[in-house]
Amino acid sequence: MRIEEVEAAVRKAVAEHRDDRGPLLPVLHAVHAALGHVPESAIPLLARELNLSRADVHGVVTFYHDFRRTAPERRVVRICRAEACQAVGAAALVEQAGALPDILAEQVFCLGNCALGPSVQIDGKTHGRVDGPRLRAILEETR
Amino acid sequence: MTTVYVPRDSAARSVGSDEVAAALAQDPALRVVRNGSRGMFWLEPLVEVETPAGRIGYGPVAPSDVDGLRPLLATGDVTHPLYVGRVEELPWLAGQQRVTFARMGVTDPLSTQDYVAHGGLVGLRAALRRTQAEVVAEVTASGLRGRGGAGFPAGVKWKTVLDCPEGLKFVCCNADEGDSGTFADRMVLEGDPFMLIEGMTIAAWAVGAREGYVYIRSEYPDAVQTMRAAIDLARAEGWLGERVLGSAFAFDLHVRVGAGAYICGEETSMLESLEGKRGTVRAKPPIPAIEGLFGRPTVVNNVLTLATVPVILADGAEHYAALGMDRSRGTQVFQLGGNVKRGGIVETAFGMTLRELVESYGGGTLTGRPVRAVQAGGPLGAYLPESRFDLPLEYEAFAAAGAMLGHGGVVVFDDTVDMAAMARFAMEFCAEESCGKCTPCRVGAVRGVEVIDRIVAGERPDENLALLEDLCELMTDGSLCAMGGLTPMPVRSAVAFFPDDFLSRKP
Repeated sequence: MRIEEVEAAVRKAVAEHRDDRGPLLPVLHAVHAALGHVPESAIPLLARELNLSRADVHGVVTFYHDFRRTAPERRVVRICRAEACQAVGAAALVEQAGALPDILAEQVFCLGNCALGPSVQIDGKTHGRVDGPRLRAILEETR
Repeated sequence: MTTVYVPRDSAARSVGSDEVAAALAQDPALRVVRNGSRGMFWLEPLVEVETPAGRIGYGPVAPSDVDGLRPLLATGDVTHPLYVGRVEELPWLAGQQRVTFARMGVTDPLSTQDYVAHGGLVGLRAALRRTQAEVVAEVTASGLRGRGGAGFPAGVKWKTVLDCPEGLKFVCCNADEGDSGTFADRMVLEGDPFMLIEGMTIAAWAVGAREGYVYIRSEYPDAVQTMRAAIDLARAEGWLGERVLGSAFAFDLHVRVGAGAYICGEETSMLESLEGKRGTVRAKPPIPAIEGLFGRPTVVNNVLTLATVPVILADGAEHYAALGMDRSRGTQVFQLGGNVKRGGIVETAFGMTLRELVESYGGGTLTGRPVRAVQAGGPLGAYLPESRFDLPLEYEAFAAAGAMLGHGGVVVFDDTVDMAAMARFAMEFCAEESCGKCTPCRVGAVRGVEVIDRIVAGERPDENLALLEDLCELMTDGSLCAMGGLTPMPVRSAVAFFPDDFLSRKP
């Protein structure tokens, strides 16, 4: 990713949230939304803009599961592995999803859809009562 | 023009309510309202039609059912196979005591008119007529306890914040509902957001805060969007801002989004995260009521706690406290999920038995197999076998049984569940989600997975079971917060109630 692109995203995110109290998380979310991940090159820029140490920024970026360090190469499918979905077959779904070549299956713990599991989230939308065939159908429909 | 309701709740959307709503909207004779969900998820998407006899339901409606259903809607046809009857008279709903969830599924969540027409703002107006101390006293008298899981009396917390010297204070709503099996907070955020805004505004008035934050987990994008829209509407109506409802009281509210860390549901981690830091747990004391967000006195309450405040102020503390039993007053919003036939929201006074919830409301398992266990209170709650189903659902009875009510989630498992695997998962989850600050949690959870693996492999099982018990004791006593401190609860209960699952594979 070109550094100019990263700089522009960081500057825009910081400008939007400069007046927020403790703005690092909203800023990181904005950078992540703009670039699809938080590249290594954004960390010193964020540190300088927000008057934090690089270690502080690095620590926060790496603490939270949501912030990717690299752009995902395949479509991300978040599959709930929490107890309520396990009770209705999440483990089998994880296995079936793992066999699909064009997606990146990631685990998530609870999407708040515990009465209609197994649940997955794709592009910010939650789907319920998902099994292997339904997952393939959803991926096809929403491609 | 016939009015039909199709929920916008993300659980209803997860099984196709958007598609159903879009198909219905093609008919110019229908006015489609996107309401919240009634919390009867096995019926979702539940389409309701306004008729002179009340709202009539059809469900679960698939998009492919709409063409057949559409011409029948205006007449409220009772012969359609998906007809479920008058929604409010369904035994599942009629048997409940919906206090906090009174408007849920009834109204359009983003209609300020609907909100006011259904009792909204009565509590806030009543609060603003009283002194701060009177409001705190009312909440204390109601017996309302923190619905996040700890069950701490809300009024006591508020009094601590009120008694701090005037100055910058905050009200923070913990909407990082990460416990598996819980979704009531999500439903409030998506289905009745003004109620939470009203509750937080009352809290702010009561303690002298001018600024509030709702910390919502990123796994709930619909909730984030709805809450933000509701706050904008509330500001435009003068319910928030420099002059709340025309009074001299100023309060504003902001949504903050988490970033996929279960631990941020722990209140001090949440505060760290709100400050823009890693979500590591703080040692207590100092308690957040005295040194909370940015070191200032802060009310931190769960969504359901704050959402229940308006009705307490509107109807009076006595009215609320008349419900419930012993020291568990009022209602609890139970959430029934997992392998269950009829999952959803059951709001009722404390004291109903677990059996009634799982069998009468839940109707047994989705798979039709026998119920083997339930996990109550989220991933840190105990697994209970059928023999314990006569426990009354209230804080102290559960604590006495070595279990906890937590946030009111109950997850059902059928007889195919491997309880050793569930115990291992509890440790694995803790290892994955530990903030890493204290050793018993950070290291203990990893060792917990290993020792359970050894037990299941039949490696010196007696010694390793003793070691597991020792580890659980250490984690319980030595962890800084409930994450490490309560992870042993599901593990120990699984060992105690389902010992065969751990030992049956001995070579």
